[in-house]
Order: sequence, then structure tokens, then C-alpha cells
Amino acid sequence: MFGFSLRPRKASASTAKERLQILLAHERSGSGGARPDCLPQLQREILDVIRRHMQIGDEAIDIRMERGDELSSLEINIEFPGKLGVN
Amino acid sequence: MSKDLTLEEPLGKVIVVTSGKGGVGKTTTSAAVGAELARRGHKTVVIDFDVGLRNLDMIMGCERRVVFDFINVIQGDAKLKQALIRDRRLENLAVLPTSQTRDKDALTKAGVETVLDELRKEFDYIICDSPAGIERGAQMAMHFADEAIVVTNPEVSSVRDSDRVLGLLNSITDRAGKTGAEPVKAQVLITRHDKSRVDSGEMMTVEDVLEVLAVPLLGIIPESKAVLRASNLGVPVVLDDPSAAAAAYEDAVGRLIGEQIEMRIAADPRRGLLQRLFRRAV
Repeated sequence: MFGFSLRPRKASASTAKERLQILLAHERSGSGGARPDCLPQLQREILDVIRRHMQIGDEAIDIRMERGDELSSLEINIEFPGKLGVN
Repeated sequence: MSKDLTLEEPLGKVIVVTSGKGGVGKTTTSAAVGAELARRGHKTVVIDFDVGLRNLDMIMGCERRVVFDFINVIQGDAKLKQALIRDRRLENLAVLPTSQTRDKDALTKAGVETVLDELRKEFDYIICDSPAGIERGAQMAMHFADEAIVVTNPEVSSVRDSDRVLGLLNSITDRAGKTGAEPVKAQVLITRHDKSRVDSGEMMTVEDVLEVLAVPLLGIIPESKAVLRASNLGVPVVLDDPSAAAAAYEDAVGRLIGEQIEMRIAADPRRGLLQRLFRRAV
């Protein structure tokens, strides 16, 4: 059993702690760029702004988030129809 | 309706992972079963029904990527495809996280049914990770199930709660209420099985548990250090280093999809040896 445990397996507990610290910091502060609960509203507002200039559907928006230790990123993809339908 | 039987193969199968008792391994099982199905090439989604106490995202390792959730979809605030998190390790695997801020009342029967119906069109398997207990969240997780994996530890309170849950599967689910529908196919998955304690008479045997519950056995997952390690890392146990638990989950998934795999009682060899050494030394 000692032969088996020579592999560097000890890291898993510290990984667990790090993951928890990052996640809980975001959950407690509601920070990380955006509270989860404000995202639906953010999405609606972004769609509204874009619709002032172009015609896009409700499903044209895709928001992805990556919460990090130092910073978080919010990636917003908006699909347009073949031609830009400028109003 | 013809949708409740297996005749229409293109529609995905809904499998609830439930137990009544907490801490027996529902989420570990949901993650492992989902990942193994996906690895075998089946399009699989795992849904967290534990509204307010989400943890499937942590066990699957996608907790930093949650934007929208199951409740947002039910309430029309987001589209299903926006809430699904595609796994970065397996292309056939997706997670539908739940809300951390709402409560279980946000799960409406109609809302859950709509989401499941949409998922059935895209996925081969929809794994519903139930919360503990038998209240609304657990009832919603099991309501539309075609099959159930009842996670049970060989311990009196867990077996008793499993029996209660098996009763609910046969009485309050959609299939139970439909005349002519096949009942929910329920199978027991015994987890945290410790062969050395069974051998010494300290733990109920698999046969003991099955005699009490009287339902088919899906598999026996040994107590294994690999499970805590996998949870620490946010990796389903079947995707981490080989272990007795991973092998047991692989077998269980084979049986779940109809393969004939002989039941075996495994244990991590190094751990069993360690325990035996200790026992002799003390």
C-alpha cells in the first residue's frame, strides 16, 4: 500500500479547500461580476438595447460565466440572422 | 399516450437517483452514473433537484460556470440551452444546476414536466439527482421517472428510508397514477459497502438488505477513499484514477443499460490489506 501511495495524491484536500474558498467568496458577497439572480434581468436588458438597433430573437443570446479567484469573466454571445437586420 | 413505454426509443429515459436518507451517496452516484453513461457514448444530462442546497455542480466540478439554472428555466427567465452546462471532459455529458437562492416551491409539476420533455428529445438519459427526504423536492425528482436507483447504505436507518421511498415510487409518481403504465423500475444500489465489516458480522450483508427491500440489485459500491478524493477534485469518480468504487459504478451502469454483468463485491485492495494489518496488530 505504501508503494501505491508514493504517487502525488495528497493534493486533493487542498484542491477541495481552494474550490470552496473561491465558490463561497462569490456566494457570500453575491459578487463575481454578477449575482446569479440579476442575470435574467441583465439578459433582458441587453436584448432590449440590441433590439433598438437590430432584430434578434429571444434565443439569440448566450451568457457564459467563469468565476475565478482573482477575477471572473462573463462571456456574452449574440447570434444574428444571416444579414444584420438593422432597423 | 404511447410515450410512457420503451417502444419509442428516440425519447430519453428519466432515471431518478433517490434514497430518503441524506449522505448515502445520491450525488456521487448521479455524477458517476451520468459520466459513465456519457463515456459509453450515450447523451446524458444530470439534473440537480436539491433547490437551495445545490451540490451536484461541485461534485461535477462545474461550480464556477453556473449562470442560469433549472428554476430560471421553469420560470421562463432563461432558455434550457442557456442553463445547460456542457462538461469539458465528455462531450455527451451536461449538467443542469439548480438554484442556490430559491426554495423548493419553485419546482412546479408542470414546469418540471416541460423541462424533462424538452430534455428527452435531446438526451438518451436524464438523471435526476434527488434531495434527501420525501418532501416536495424529492417528490418532484421522482415524479416523472421511468426508472429509479435507490441508493442504500447497509445500515438500519438507510434501509428503512429506502423502503419508504420505494413505497412512494409505487404510489405517487406519474407512472403509478396512470392506468396501464408500467410501474417505475426501481433497483437498489448499495453504497459504502465494507467487505471486512460484513465478513466480521458488523455490517448487514447484501442479501440481508435485499431480503428486507425485495427489489432487484443494481450494484454494490465499496467504501472507497476514491470517493472523497473525487469529490475534493470535482471529478466524477469514474473519470478519476482507477478504483474499486469506479469499477463498481462501471458495472452498475452496464447493468442499468441491460448488460449481464456478474455481481461482485469489491474493495480497494490496499485499504483492505491495511485494515487487516491494523486489526492483527492491535
